[in-house]
Amino acid sequence: MTLSTIETQTGDAVAVSASAHIDPFGDSPARHAWRRFAQNRAALVSCVILGLIILACFVGPWLLPYGFDDTDWLSISLPPSLANMHWFGTDELGRDLLVRTLIGGRISLEVGLLGTTLTVAIGVAWGATAGYAGGKIDAAMMRIVDMMYAIPYMLIAILMMTLFGRAFYLVVLTISLFSWIDMARVVRGQTLTLKKREFIDAARATGVPAARIVMQHIVPNLLGVVIIYTTVTVPGIILTESVLSFLGLGVQEPMTSWGVLIADGTSKMEVRPWLLAFPGLFLIATLYCTNYIGDALRDAFDPKVQ
Amino acid sequence: MSGTTMNPTSPLIEVEHLAVRFTTPNGGVVEAVRDVSFTLHKGKTLGIVGESGSGKSQTALAMMGLLPPNGAVSGVARYDGRDLLGMKHAELNRIRGDRVAMIFQDPMTALNPFLTIERQMTEVLQLHRKISRKQAFEQAVAMCEAVRIADARRRIKMYPHEFSGGMLQRVMIAMALLCEPDVLIADEPTTALDVTVQAQIIELLRDLQSDLGTAIILITHDMGVVASLCDDVMVMYGGRTMEYGTAEQIFSQPTHPYTIGLLDALPHLDDDGDVPLRAIAGNPPSAGGAVHGCAFAPRCAMAEEQCASVRPELLAFTDTDGGQRQRACHLPIAELRPGVRVGGAV
Repeated sequence: MTLSTIETQTGDAVAVSASAHIDPFGDSPARHAWRRFAQNRAALVSCVILGLIILACFVGPWLLPYGFDDTDWLSISLPPSLANMHWFGTDELGRDLLVRTLIGGRISLEVGLLGTTLTVAIGVAWGATAGYAGGKIDAAMMRIVDMMYAIPYMLIAILMMTLFGRAFYLVVLTISLFSWIDMARVVRGQTLTLKKREFIDAARATGVPAARIVMQHIVPNLLGVVIIYTTVTVPGIILTESVLSFLGLGVQEPMTSWGVLIADGTSKMEVRPWLLAFPGLFLIATLYCTNYIGDALRDAFDPKVQ
Repeated sequence: MSGTTMNPTSPLIEVEHLAVRFTTPNGGVVEAVRDVSFTLHKGKTLGIVGESGSGKSQTALAMMGLLPPNGAVSGVARYDGRDLLGMKHAELNRIRGDRVAMIFQDPMTALNPFLTIERQMTEVLQLHRKISRKQAFEQAVAMCEAVRIADARRRIKMYPHEFSGGMLQRVMIAMALLCEPDVLIADEPTTALDVTVQAQIIELLRDLQSDLGTAIILITHDMGVVASLCDDVMVMYGGRTMEYGTAEQIFSQPTHPYTIGLLDALPHLDDDGDVPLRAIAGNPPSAGGAVHGCAFAPRCAMAEEQCASVRPELLAFTDTDGGQRQRACHLPIAELRPGVRVGGAV
């Protein structure tokens, strides 16, 4: 479909969904998917909002007159105000909350993105392999998953931080190390039902090797489940980071993240509610956007949804 | 072997004493296929007929190495002299899809719903031929046109759910024939389709066979399909071969009560509407229990005492027309029910 049809959609959604059916031929799967994605207005709005948040977090701090660790004794615990240039207010050390929220967003978004990528990659590969291989391989792989459940992640986190020192990538690694096991279980269950489908037999009958069957035929069919589960994983990872940080295992003062700011703001919400409200708002907005986008992606890549 | 189709060259497919057994979770053993042997020569069609549960599909799946993990196979299934059953996976993968291809019963479920037809077709070609994506695409389009899919160049980019059942079976056939295999195993290719489409698919298979010289193993329970397509026919019941001969022999002179029953059960054009169809009484045996005598004996109208206790061997004999064929029945041919109508079956 051309750009013009997408534009007319804002004016008349019905007309576009009808015209989208006129020529289902000659479209690449990617364009097919994009057209369906573009029909989901909530997802488009979410993309814009998420884009703005990302832009603000990575560019915003340069444009503001304050550093994220600049303390100002003359402006301690100021409420939000347009007049005094502290739009989001300040904390009890006089640091500007706006710049701290944006800087914290960098950490949270990076942890969320990298952690989720690792979680999905490991979880899908592990679960699909175990499910498709079946038998002893499956049993062995899933017992490892069970063992992971039994290990308290906090213990490993503390161990890693003391052994290797405190580093951003270690936080991501530790979180991913434990969040992939849920994904692996979900994916394995789905793979077990998928591999009994006839098209898998048909693929085997055409001589497709096992590894390729998993990659080409199982994984695309897992998309719906994986995307939905991913949208649940993103907030989980961002919040886990804040727990680690709260215990002194994640980012350290004066560096911050949304999780840290929220944990901090929660303890002061009765006297200085803005300390909770603004970082919370950013986190909630991000999570909503990823959920809507995830929903739209699942629909867009499922060829049966029109 | 039977030698029912006389051909001086060595057979393309030789199956000897093939047996398939499944172990059930509670430790039981189910023998789905017992001691099945047949041969298939280049360009010929073998029909394997029988009711549901007679072991015909399992025979095909075993040959293709597609049995589930609890299934075990014994015997020999040679393609071009090489035993498919004892082969390493990598070697088998080079043969299946390339030299021996398979069509499944329900085209709606046998194609990956998440991939376009193009992806699925080019995958087969790229696996077995060292060609570029573009060349593979062109060949896939050409094959789609050969199976008479109109507007193939554009429709090939669509997803399976955007096709009708009949069109999808054409796609399946096109996929199976992409590498121009020597042998095509068609497992009830028309069962999931409606009658008018069935006729088109059968016609298509026949045309393609004469163009490409592919040998076909056609698994079906539709005697009409067998009559219109097959050179040889093997009738299976309870996992065993009941009768094996040329289509001509089987249809004009069936020598096994089960074959007679199958042919008798066909509706005839000259029947009045109020004549009930003649079904074979009873149900097929459950595959679990051990069978001592003839598997068909409990349902056979002509069964004698020994039928229930002594299993008839599959024996070669020469019929009245001088043709070589095989049957597994204690009863002398002359004693079989006279006046059986088979002429109208075709």
